[in-house]
Amino acid sequence: MQSSKDFFLSLLFSRLFSIWPLAWILLGCSQPSNIETALEEQILHFGLGSEPQSLDPHLATSVAAHNILSALLEGLVSEDPKSLKPSPGVAQSWSISQDGTTYTFKLRKNGRWSNGDPVTAHDFVYSFRRMLNPSLGAQYASMLYPLKNAKAFHQGIKTWQEAEVGVEALDDYTLRLTLENPLPYFLELLNHFSWFPVHQPTIEYFNAYEKIGTAWTKPKNFIGNGPFRLTNHHINSVIEVEKNEQYWDAKTVRLRGIRFYPIEAVYTEERAYRSGFLHLTQSVSADRIDFLQAEYPKELHFEPYLGTYFYRFNLQAPPFDDQRVREAFSLAIDRQRLVEKVLKGGQVPATSFTPPGTGGFMPLPKFRHDPEAAQALIRTYLQENGMDRLPPIELTYNTSEGHKKVAEALSGMWKDILGVEIRLLNMEWKVFLSTVAKGEFTLARAGWIGDYIDPHTFLHMWRTGEGLNMTGWGNQRYDEALRRAEISNSSEERWKNFQTCENLLAEEFPILPLYFYVHLTLRHPTVRGWYPTLLDHHPYKYVYLAKEGDP
Amino acid sequence: MSKLIVSRVLQAVPTLWVIATLTFFMTRYAPGGPFDSERSIPHEIKVKLESHFGLDQPLLDQYLLYLKNLLRGDLGPSFKYPEWEVSELIATAFPVSLTLGILSLLIALLIGIPAGMIAALRRNSWMDYLPMSMSMAGICLPTFVLGPLLIFALSTKLGMLPPLGWYGPSDWVLPSLTLGLFYAAYIARLTRAGMLETLQQDYVRTARAKGASAWRILSRHAARGGLLPVVTFLGPAFAGLISGSFVIESIFFIPGLGKFFVTAAFNRDYTMVLGTVLFYASLIILLNLLVDLLQAWLDPKARQQR
Repeated sequence: MQSSKDFFLSLLFSRLFSIWPLAWILLGCSQPSNIETALEEQILHFGLGSEPQSLDPHLATSVAAHNILSALLEGLVSEDPKSLKPSPGVAQSWSISQDGTTYTFKLRKNGRWSNGDPVTAHDFVYSFRRMLNPSLGAQYASMLYPLKNAKAFHQGIKTWQEAEVGVEALDDYTLRLTLENPLPYFLELLNHFSWFPVHQPTIEYFNAYEKIGTAWTKPKNFIGNGPFRLTNHHINSVIEVEKNEQYWDAKTVRLRGIRFYPIEAVYTEERAYRSGFLHLTQSVSADRIDFLQAEYPKELHFEPYLGTYFYRFNLQAPPFDDQRVREAFSLAIDRQRLVEKVLKGGQVPATSFTPPGTGGFMPLPKFRHDPEAAQALIRTYLQENGMDRLPPIELTYNTSEGHKKVAEALSGMWKDILGVEIRLLNMEWKVFLSTVAKGEFTLARAGWIGDYIDPHTFLHMWRTGEGLNMTGWGNQRYDEALRRAEISNSSEERWKNFQTCENLLAEEFPILPLYFYVHLTLRHPTVRGWYPTLLDHHPYKYVYLAKEGDP
Repeated sequence: MSKLIVSRVLQAVPTLWVIATLTFFMTRYAPGGPFDSERSIPHEIKVKLESHFGLDQPLLDQYLLYLKNLLRGDLGPSFKYPEWEVSELIATAFPVSLTLGILSLLIALLIGIPAGMIAALRRNSWMDYLPMSMSMAGICLPTFVLGPLLIFALSTKLGMLPPLGWYGPSDWVLPSLTLGLFYAAYIARLTRAGMLETLQQDYVRTARAKGASAWRILSRHAARGGLLPVVTFLGPAFAGLISGSFVIESIFFIPGLGKFFVTAAFNRDYTMVLGTVLFYASLIILLNLLVDLLQAWLDPKARQQR
């Protein structure tokens, strides 16, 4: 038996293992990384974070969509790569009326769609009308509400003709926009993709005027007017754009193309970066900061970001129906320690709801840390209610390691100072959203990223009955101050009213601001013309790749 | 044989119907919906979206309509990515998963079967202990550890292979190897067990006594019996492999089916959940049938019973 087994063995080795050299040949070929070939090709390899839901600017909803659409389309104005201040886009100049409600844009004559058609004022009228058309069901349609009568048309109260929406093409190259109220940040707002134009003949051809999910956004059909054009879209794999030679400012565009990779897993994205596959990542996992800071000190960037991490109280049920309990919860937490010891990602403790410096507004630091005052407040509350301790409180958050860490740290602080037991309750994302929207929570995690650089993008949330409020809180003085800020044209007046709003939030505590977000990213030193901006916008026409040391 | 095929196909119809029905109602009764988001969509927009996707109809009508469309082979558009049809998404992702699945399976078989055979032939020697302890390690080492280790060594450090993606054949090596080694470990153990049993059988001894060559004995007699457990394992394993692996896909950023399985459920992408579940169920049914046919061919006893 033994001898024949030996024979079997030799056979196995000779017959089956003979194919392995092939594998070694395959493994042996080393190849240059994306980063190495990119300098020559001027192709930017971009970590997109997630697959955009839609590439239709009127139906898109995400940051990922913005990152693609700002390459494919251009609005009336463009933005400065450093300050994001408006610069000429499709419009080469504009004038603003004395009262700040009428904007007249002079469109450039050499604006072209990627198929060579001229970009005209009528394209914008058509696009705004489509965006506001109630039958389209655009989620961001309210971004266009600053236009006079836009809301009445969008809500189906009036037809387009009846409503006389404040958008008019005076001739092919002159567009007049009339606003409900003066809006100091109106021009900046025009850089949100909801204000981007679409190519009318394409939309008509695909019957997409009021239909969701048509094929006009597929690479072979997409007609845009931006610095790049769409050449390939493989879902969950890559979106490729290449330089659009029809673009009016094509001479400024130095990149020959951009490849966007929707890599959702942060660790995978980091590996991609470290292996020279990506020039920049969408994010970095917080637990990798120490390592990356040591290994890639020049490539890890902490950039300010227009977002606030906070908790919502539910004012409809005890104990948070009592303002003193909410205040005590706020006073008891040490935001500085949370940021330094728990988050460790360069976040900034939130002493207001609006991030300081938003559009120039500096809110006063009203959310304080004062454990003794917190204890005193709770003592009075307990005495009045004849209780000896607070009942256990449920803290709801959507399942994630990061949210859990914050929740655990805060639970510890509340237990130490207020003696209250916090029960952590994590939920899958959609369950969490519907639970919070239905008001079935006591204390819940939340976050908000601004859509435009103005305190209004934050403070409008807490208007009485606003869909995003979800705390059950409402205050007439708040609504009034917010309205006054909305209709005013003077910064001083607006800041005063926004501060009133901030003060009310810090007096009545419907929410608990915790920290301001930071955008953590890895970026290769060869990427140039890329600056940290609050909205994480980076106009690609100024971006290029150059060797380290070269200008 | 043809009777077996016909009866299986007939059984498949009610099976798929039950799966479709259960999945349909389970997704609909899960809390949250496809259009819930942190940004709280205005009510009128939500109504519009729901009517676009037919969610404003009574649930039973939606169900009947879904079944009707299903009979025509229409899985509907994805809720999450409305610009794509579910069938289009599956058609894009399946070839990727199929390639990865076949390559991994080939690697698994090419490593697992010889290793198992050697171990069985050299029982209780180092040639048994070495592959068997390696296979135990392989079973214990999850792909999310092995994958990043391979990337670190072969890509980040040596630059021999791309770290991720699915753009050309060189991208196929690392993920196939990661997944293949994991399955090879199982196959090696199954092969060893099966071979040990058949090598004791009388018919092997008879074949040798009759002067059959060693290769013939191994390939025609011993292996056919010895590989039965492997074949049984392969059916569901292959279905699992080619319908995508979420973990491998996220480690290597591969646009396969596995991701849709998981994210569709998280996104409450009703049509996509149903599409992927039905697709997977059909694959399992088909592959189980193939396994039965293969077993009948390998094992005369099973052929007789049918």
